Amino acid sequence: MNAQLPRWVDLGLIPLLNLIAAFVVAGLVVLAIGEDPIEAVEHILYGALGFGEGIGFTLFYATNFIFTGLCVAVAFHASLFNIGGEGQAYIGGLGVGLVCLALDHYLPWWIIAPLAAIGGALFGAGWAMIPAYFQAKRGSHIVITTIMFNFLAASLMVYLLVNVLKVPGAMAPESRTFEEAGRLPKLDGFLALFGQDIGGAPANMSFFLALAACVFVWALIWRTRLGYEIRTFGANPTAAVYAGISPVKITLVAMALSGGLAGLMAMNPVMGDQNRMFLDIAGGAGFVGIAVALMGRAHPVGVVLASILFGILYQGGAELAFEMPAITRDMVVVIQGLVVLFAGALEFMFRPAVARLFAALPARKTGEA
Amino acid sequence: MPSEVTPQAPPSPGQRRPPAIELVGISKSFGAVQANRDIALRVEAGTIHGVIGENGAGKSTLMSILYGFYQADSGDILVGGRKVSIPDSQAAIALGIGMVHQHFMLVEPFTVLENVMLGAEGGALLNRGRAKARAELVRLEREYDLRVDPDAIVGDLPVGQQQRVEILKALYRGADILILDEPTGVLTPDEADQLFRILAQLKSQGKTVVLITHKLREIMAITDSCSVMRQGRMVATRPTAGTSVEELAELMVGRRVLLRVEKGPANPAEIRLKVEDARVVDGQGVERLRGVSLEVRAGEIVGVAGVAGNGQSELLEAIAGIRPLASGEITLCGKPCAGTDPNGLRAEGLAHVPEDRHRMGLVTKFDAKENVILGYHDRAEYRSGLFLDRGAILEACRRHMQDFDVRPPAPDLKTANFSGGNQQKIVLAREIEQDPAVLIVGQPTRGVDVGAIEAIHRRLIELRDAGKAILLVSVELDEIRALSDRVLVMFDGRVMGELPGDAGEREIGLLMSGVEAAHA
Repeated sequence: MNAQLPRWVDLGLIPLLNLIAAFVVAGLVVLAIGEDPIEAVEHILYGALGFGEGIGFTLFYATNFIFTGLCVAVAFHASLFNIGGEGQAYIGGLGVGLVCLALDHYLPWWIIAPLAAIGGALFGAGWAMIPAYFQAKRGSHIVITTIMFNFLAASLMVYLLVNVLKVPGAMAPESRTFEEAGRLPKLDGFLALFGQDIGGAPANMSFFLALAACVFVWALIWRTRLGYEIRTFGANPTAAVYAGISPVKITLVAMALSGGLAGLMAMNPVMGDQNRMFLDIAGGAGFVGIAVALMGRAHPVGVVLASILFGILYQGGAELAFEMPAITRDMVVVIQGLVVLFAGALEFMFRPAVARLFAALPARKTGEA
Repeated sequence: MPSEVTPQAPPSPGQRRPPAIELVGISKSFGAVQANRDIALRVEAGTIHGVIGENGAGKSTLMSILYGFYQADSGDILVGGRKVSIPDSQAAIALGIGMVHQHFMLVEPFTVLENVMLGAEGGALLNRGRAKARAELVRLEREYDLRVDPDAIVGDLPVGQQQRVEILKALYRGADILILDEPTGVLTPDEADQLFRILAQLKSQGKTVVLITHKLREIMAITDSCSVMRQGRMVATRPTAGTSVEELAELMVGRRVLLRVEKGPANPAEIRLKVEDARVVDGQGVERLRGVSLEVRAGEIVGVAGVAGNGQSELLEAIAGIRPLASGEITLCGKPCAGTDPNGLRAEGLAHVPEDRHRMGLVTKFDAKENVILGYHDRAEYRSGLFLDRGAILEACRRHMQDFDVRPPAPDLKTANFSGGNQQKIVLAREIEQDPAVLIVGQPTRGVDVGAIEAIHRRLIELRDAGKAILLVSVELDEIRALSDRVLVMFDGRVMGELPGDAGEREIGLLMSGVEAAHA
């Protein structure tokens, strides 16, 4: 039997307990290699949040994770496990890049940006709809096909970057750098409002696009008919058929939305940071998105919080590896892995104990009264 | 059954054995829900003891404690007069307690022998264990008249035989106390009689049987004594000979109940639903409906009786547009509609209360108000602009809950947390409130408590009198006989015959087992 707990316990206390457990274990690992865990935490926090440039990098990473986290979360509500965010974001980068390459000589950034976003979303959605079609019509399992499509996306992009998009004569497999109009404004002005100097950090306007995407996803999933159909199909496919909801349609639509959100992610590195197409645009954010969605309980608010946490771990982790050479980059990955393990895979480990505790509480209260 | 092979003398009345099971002060709660409160139960050795109660009364929890699935929060368990602790089902088996679950725990592609051995293989290599199991099966078969072919594939056996395999499994593990959870839910009346003969046989050999059921008739027919549970408490224990169906029903519900709803004669009008020579083939290529024809008129209830799995589910799903017809035609209010999707059929005035509310009729993860629009979510009344009209949905939910006395009337409560009867009322309310021309209903009172059954039955009769055409599919013969104006009996994908609503149980039962009516 599944006892109901207050919402703040399910959404606040239990994730916090998971996080604490992850950090305790990570701290033990740091102790085991002979370093001071408290000092390590200080380096992570300072590196991620202590100064303007650090904050800029943290926000930049968090922006990526919000998009990919939403991507996984939307598919989750249709009970589809989209592992292909990485490839969808990569192909989305192609869409964003092509729009910028085509228009940066002619239009201002504020017209190019929405067109590039549409381009990225369409390319990402299209890439996600191929496995969705196979799942809906042929029964090929979407977990397998989306994983394979990550590799296909990588191969395709390498081919395009080397053979089609590369600047003639250049050595690097990259497109040309976009003109000024193909670049999103940085968040330097915004962070200056809070008295922070962003320095060379790549945080840019796509952070606000990510927040807008969160509102969009929330309204879509919980307030619209389509969202209702997606959740019904995800929670009980048989009841969905009974209600006249077409499984084929929902699989295709949910995956298109999911892939589209992943494709939007490319706005951040392509138009916001590098201002060109390059190898490995997604940079692993597609996979981090799975952890983010799990930890954020597939809810946009949770996704934002989890994204910021992972942004801190990424940026702070890089600083940590720099400041404490005994803790290598790999150690930082271990710490991130522990967070994924406790927050994602062992999500419900503490739930029974907490539930027992809460069952005991009212009894005690009435006993005192 | 030769009686000379009896290994154990049946208990003589003079020589008292300690009670097979004694529970003292058992309490168990899940979170804030107290499923069992201070339960005392005493089951005498060598008797058949019935445990009855409505759904959610705590019967299953109590039996799960006895079988080691749950641990009691407090209280003692005594088996054979000895205080024991039962941390898991292994411990229960070691104490000689066997359980036959409502949903069989069998591996269908395995043979009977392999299923019986499962978990008691006796070593890494199977040969020795298999020989031993085969010898043991032959002995059990002789002793208890439990005839099953040890080499038959379990999936090929009829349900009644599968249940025997479950009983054999328990006996093979040395069970002296056998707990059966709702054992007759899936059986024909005939198969149920056979089961009762087996149980009587087990009793005569000194075994103790605990029978959990909600069917009062079974309690009266087979048990020696019975206990009634209500809202987590044990409210009474009676010797069966000293009680009556009426008293037990009242104890279960806590008030007087009408076991049979009053209904006047039907006034059938025009044909609303017509099925002609419908054939349905399933994914494995097996023909599930083999040419079914029927008509339902406005103002009548047509009951479809039959043992579960004889095509009734496929019939309902075909009419509801969920399962495609291989051939045949379905006409709804004069319009041919085979091939129309469920939404199109709803628009034409068809409402469908599915057989399995958990699997199909509800999304149990959703709260009650979200289930109010399932299947009707694209109606204009629930929409405002781009969004769902949450105010209208909430109001509809409140109205349904009031009209159908759903308890608790909490639109925000997760549907899974309502009792079975109240969940069913949520489904019925949704389908009926749309004022359909034709209502098709599957197992309307499955897993629904006695009090709610009465309300649901009365509602269906009211709908009939209001001129709706109702097709009722149920495996509960009592229900079919209580509600139907005409009864169709299905067997193996065909309609075996039509009987009047007041036909006798014997007559219907014969058709259910596939015997053609002599003068149908």
